[in-house]
Amino acid sequence: MDPTQTTLIDLRNAIASKQVSAEEATRAYLDRIDTHNDALNAFRDRMTDYALKRARAVDTGEVTGRLAGVPIAIKDCMCHTEGTTACSSKMLEHYRSPFTATAVQRLEDEGAVILGKTNMDEFAMGSSTENSAFGVSRNPWDLDRVPGGSSGGTTSAMAADLAAAALGSDTGGSIRQPAAITGLVGLKPTYGRISRWGLVAFASSLDQIGPVTHTLADAALLTQIMCGKDPLDSTSADVPVESDLHDVDGEIDLAPGGGKLRIGIASQYLDESANHPAVTAAFNEALAVYKQQGAEVVEVDLPHTEYGIPCYYIVATAEASSNLARYDGVHYGHRTGEPTPNGANAIQHLMSQSRAEGFGSEVKRRIMLGTYALSSGYYDAYYNRALKTRRLIARDFDTAFEQCDAILCPTTTGPAFKIGDKADDPLAMYMNDIYTVTTNLAGIAGVSVPGGFAEEDGKRLPVGVQLIGKAFDEKRLLRIARRYERETELWKHRPAL
Amino acid sequence: MTTAHDPGQPYGLKTTLMVGMEIHVELDTRTKMWTDAPNVAHPDYFDAGPNTLLSPVVIGMPGTLPVMNHAAVEMSILVGLALNCAIARRCKWDRKSYWYPDLPKNYQISQYDQPICGAGYLDIPVDGSTKRIRITRAHLEEDAGKLLHDLPGGGHSDGSLVDLNRAGTPLLEIVTEPDFGSADEAVVFGQMLRDLCRHLGVTQGVMQQGHMRFEPNINVLIEKDARTCKTPIVEIKNLNSFKAVHGAILHEHTRQVEKWLEDGVEMGARSKSTRGWDDAKLVTTPQREKEDEDEYRYFPDPDLCEVEVDDAMLEAIRARLVELPHARLRRYVDELKLKEADAKAIIDEPAVTAYFERVLAEGAGALPAAKLLRNNLSKLANEKGAGPDALGVSAAQLASIVGLLDAGTVGSNVVDTLLVACTTSDADPAQLAEQGGLVQVQDDSQLEAWVDEVLANPKLQKAVEDLRGGKQQAIGALMGQVMRLSKGSANPGQVTKLILAKVRQ
Repeated sequence: MDPTQTTLIDLRNAIASKQVSAEEATRAYLDRIDTHNDALNAFRDRMTDYALKRARAVDTGEVTGRLAGVPIAIKDCMCHTEGTTACSSKMLEHYRSPFTATAVQRLEDEGAVILGKTNMDEFAMGSSTENSAFGVSRNPWDLDRVPGGSSGGTTSAMAADLAAAALGSDTGGSIRQPAAITGLVGLKPTYGRISRWGLVAFASSLDQIGPVTHTLADAALLTQIMCGKDPLDSTSADVPVESDLHDVDGEIDLAPGGGKLRIGIASQYLDESANHPAVTAAFNEALAVYKQQGAEVVEVDLPHTEYGIPCYYIVATAEASSNLARYDGVHYGHRTGEPTPNGANAIQHLMSQSRAEGFGSEVKRRIMLGTYALSSGYYDAYYNRALKTRRLIARDFDTAFEQCDAILCPTTTGPAFKIGDKADDPLAMYMNDIYTVTTNLAGIAGVSVPGGFAEEDGKRLPVGVQLIGKAFDEKRLLRIARRYERETELWKHRPAL
Repeated sequence: MTTAHDPGQPYGLKTTLMVGMEIHVELDTRTKMWTDAPNVAHPDYFDAGPNTLLSPVVIGMPGTLPVMNHAAVEMSILVGLALNCAIARRCKWDRKSYWYPDLPKNYQISQYDQPICGAGYLDIPVDGSTKRIRITRAHLEEDAGKLLHDLPGGGHSDGSLVDLNRAGTPLLEIVTEPDFGSADEAVVFGQMLRDLCRHLGVTQGVMQQGHMRFEPNINVLIEKDARTCKTPIVEIKNLNSFKAVHGAILHEHTRQVEKWLEDGVEMGARSKSTRGWDDAKLVTTPQREKEDEDEYRYFPDPDLCEVEVDDAMLEAIRARLVELPHARLRRYVDELKLKEADAKAIIDEPAVTAYFERVLAEGAGALPAAKLLRNNLSKLANEKGAGPDALGVSAAQLASIVGLLDAGTVGSNVVDTLLVACTTSDADPAQLAEQGGLVQVQDDSQLEAWVDEVLANPKLQKAVEDLRGGKQQAIGALMGQVMRLSKGSANPGQVTKLILAKVRQ
């Protein structure tokens, strides 16, 4: 078998049954990275020796577990004691973490082989990886296009089969949007479901780690392994992890009484003038699949959706301005080489010059926005108002989930855009998050599933459909999504490289 | 300390001091506020070398998250209860942003508008009566590290050095209303607060280590021509001795009156300024202020959950409230009839207070127990360089010695010997006295034999005659000989009686 042309679970089974050794599988992926990474720029840092050492330990039986020998890529904002954790920023270019993120550690405890760090928008701020200090990653379906962001290196690697599974992080859509436009499954779990210890913070109340995979079954397995209370993260939820969370083909628990699966649709997501025809087609196709399976379609109202983007850009930038204050060149990270003047302003000069050199322009823009929003005199007008709006958005979803089991909607308005097309227009770039941010603001779960293709310039470009579920209800959400995946099996399409 | 005269008097003005205080108390939890790295304010880590009490959380490394130290929250509530504060049933944590190299995250996790302890009060003794000092609030936060400009030990350093040992130490900030009318009142309050915190076991309270730091806010009311003016408020930063608190307030009183006479500037918006205290020159000095000093961009820390204080938690903490030191002092003097100096000495050190209470609980009388503790045991403690409670003499042993003395079984002259024996033995002092031959002989026939021998000694006839002639002090020489013969075991009271009876026959 070719270990790179399969799924996480099939590869795991092949290794377990000795059809292929962990080392062979790992080498196959490493070779593929060698062949394609120059064109894709998917990996920011490779952990080749470490990966091979881990793989051999699986083959000798030293390392076992439900992911034994499976090569996995992690996003550059996840701490690992091996290699550097740079957040694709010049600020942390040489930064080595003294500890490993809990989510990654839990994968390794089950035998996963971590291949390296994938490229991203600097500090996860962006929707295209064009904000990486290490260059843009490419979409394997069309190398002139972006793989989405901020987890674009992750989706570029996964779509090109440079890893059997990968982790992304999602603050406003950074897993689902890139997964959708590269033809992958991307899950943003409920806030608090997976520990944030070792996830370098962008916006603490929104950030969440999640899997990017070919199939829902793969995503469910990784989620089951990663989630659960972590004493190192106060915001991680002490909610029991279902023993059958990984089983996406299991029965869907439905509301007592009706017994019918209820799929919610909301007009706020279905503006045909905003959505690319392929997106509309994918949505209609998905809806048809559910109807065909006997699901009831319920119209729900999410009236505060239009405030999602402004609300998000206040909350996220406010938190980011504070979270990124620590990068000042004093204790670690980039420190300016410029001589500091003598006198009382020396330290201010060192800090501000280090930050001026270490951060890229989008990061600076968001730090300034957030600093402004938190300033005295503006706090109530911006930050406090955004918090109130956030509660209204969450209430919209609470009401909707009284009427339906999951909400079906597009993940993005269109397929991948061309590199450079939106780079000079921050507002157009921010609109990429329009169908994803409210999920983060409400702290609930959302998953993007391959939904078909758009045709642009003679290229097939993937689009996704999104299903949104209640908090801590990933098991049902993934099972509901699986009903659609099972009918379409769009994940089997892979780009020609 | 002297009562200040009114510095306005020479100018024909009547002036009144108004002082409020902010007091920072470093809590002595074993670990820091947000991580399990050791806390420099805990006695086990006082002598830790620079930057040895760190963890990725303390350094604010990427990917780290704070986890609240529950013990620090409980200690804060305990202090709040002792200060009669309203305890918040829910409160949150906020980030306070400012840039400084000793603050690794460039924000401090603190409490902005929901302090764990709300309004309360403490009554302090003033001129034989009491005065109520209102507490505004007390909130919990993390301390910052330290910035050094010389090498440890004093050598020259080309740059500044950062020591993060103190970074993340739990810090309780107690704020009072401007209720102090004099430097003396502020100092009395400060001392009472220190005693209270030490007795509650929340801080070691070593002033030189900065465990308690005082920041008085001072201004002056000046009455002139039937009008009252207020001088602008001055905050004196970081005072860590009562002498400095006293000196800074006195100096500010005079300085503000003189400055007002010079420029007439009164209190107004944004007129508050910050000064430091020069311990050598005994004056306050201006401190550099940033114009955006009050722009802290507070917002709720999204990495932390709200604190919830339920009834069970509150009651469990209330049960830890010990008798407060000022109330205890009154009880020792008024009810136990201890001398004020003895009572104060016992209360000065919380461990000794607890030891004394245990001795009383073993049934010892308060007066003899205090006497033993203050005289014999303290002397031994000085010799051994340990606290009287930590010598190995158990409370039961001390109580037993009190009993032996009371019964006349041993004499006070052997107490020191007996105490030394107790430091290395768990045995009952009665048994130790027996083994050491320290038990007083009360057998009349034996005592009589010794007395007869001494009275018959030709060399002592002069003393016998003197005593017979009414010279009382002559008995000393005779007593000494009897004690020598008995190797110290004779009961001196009985010996005295026998000698007098026989001489006067």
